[in-house]
Amino acid sequence: MTENLVGIFLNSVFTGNILLAYFLGMCSFVAVSKNIDTAIGLGFAVIFVLSVTTPINWLIYHFLLAPGALHWIGLPHINLSFLKFIMFIAVIAAMVQAIEIIIDRFSAALYAGLGVFLPLIAVNCAILGTSLFMVERNHTFLESLIFGFGSGVGWMVAIISMAAIRIKLRYANPPYGMEGYGLTMIVTGLMAMAFMLFSGISF
Amino acid sequence: MVRKMKIKNNALKIFLQPIWSENPINVQMLGICSALAVTVQLKTAFVMALSMTFVVSCSSFMISLLRKQIPKNIRIIVELSVISTFVILTDEFLSAYFYDISKQLSVFVGLIITNCIVMGRAESFALSNPPHLAFIDGVGNGVGYGSVLLAVAFIRELLGAGKLFGVQVVPDYFYSIGYENAGLLLLAPAAFIIIGLMIWLQKVLTKDRELNR
Repeated sequence: MTENLVGIFLNSVFTGNILLAYFLGMCSFVAVSKNIDTAIGLGFAVIFVLSVTTPINWLIYHFLLAPGALHWIGLPHINLSFLKFIMFIAVIAAMVQAIEIIIDRFSAALYAGLGVFLPLIAVNCAILGTSLFMVERNHTFLESLIFGFGSGVGWMVAIISMAAIRIKLRYANPPYGMEGYGLTMIVTGLMAMAFMLFSGISF
Repeated sequence: MVRKMKIKNNALKIFLQPIWSENPINVQMLGICSALAVTVQLKTAFVMALSMTFVVSCSSFMISLLRKQIPKNIRIIVELSVISTFVILTDEFLSAYFYDISKQLSVFVGLIITNCIVMGRAESFALSNPPHLAFIDGVGNGVGYGSVLLAVAFIRELLGAGKLFGVQVVPDYFYSIGYENAGLLLLAPAAFIIIGLMIWLQKVLTKDRELNR
């Protein structure tokens, strides 16, 4: 049981990295990785939102939407799973809003750090993607919690390393047209290659 | 007459701009999230491009129709629900008629909801333009996105698996004299690198054209 959970965590951070293996969350990854401080801020915000929304979406899916999920109120034949997209995105948007209000109320310092990034996160594909993967891979509740947290950590590892590399790249002299996004994509490709090496390690 | 010509030109421009000079993936860097994952095969890339075109054109059209009714403060959630409706339609359609492909695309059809292209077009174009132009703009963006997807998938499937649309095109003779498929192209890193090179190519080409003008 514990081994399995550790496996899911390590898998979601390294081999199955949400960004480098499944390409999710690229838009904010490219836009925000210019500066290491903002990258760290956004990374923490993503971890936070992912570890909250993935379990909540698990509960919603398994008690309201999945085929036969409504048998606890006596409606075993209803299958609402087609509503999962709209429910998940609504939960994510609502949670992001709620988290923003809570942080604003209790910690001004944290709000100043994360505040600007929180609205961005509502439309980050990594968040919705993790919820959808959680459904597709039939995780249990505990697994979905670990998976959400692990995916967030994986995303943060990727964006911080990218920000660090891009600081070094400022001193590089790429050919015309290559600077900026083109180079970022190619560096991301090389990083993804490095992360692939983790798949040779069996946990 | 002159005015009609102008409108036509305008519509044409709106349609063509996102295909090359304002291409959502290569120039604006939007929607790359899903673009990379579905390009291992031409078949999945093609279906994804069609779904995307359908969603972005229909949702732009709907949002443009509703643009005078949508209150400013809650416009994001209204846009998201319009977009999700079309994504759900697409997903149900695919799983009903093309089950294999919808299994291969897995979560990526659902992720059209958070695809920045759809939201971006809704925010920056549909909310301030009449429905027919918004529709044309949506189709243009869908085609621009789709053509990049198909180009990447073409390279990856041809060099990585020796196939196009699942049909083997590299003759057996090549393999017998020692030709090997580049398996790396089927893996994640290659997708990033190909897109990176395409961005580079497009930047160089557009720059040349600007200089010649």
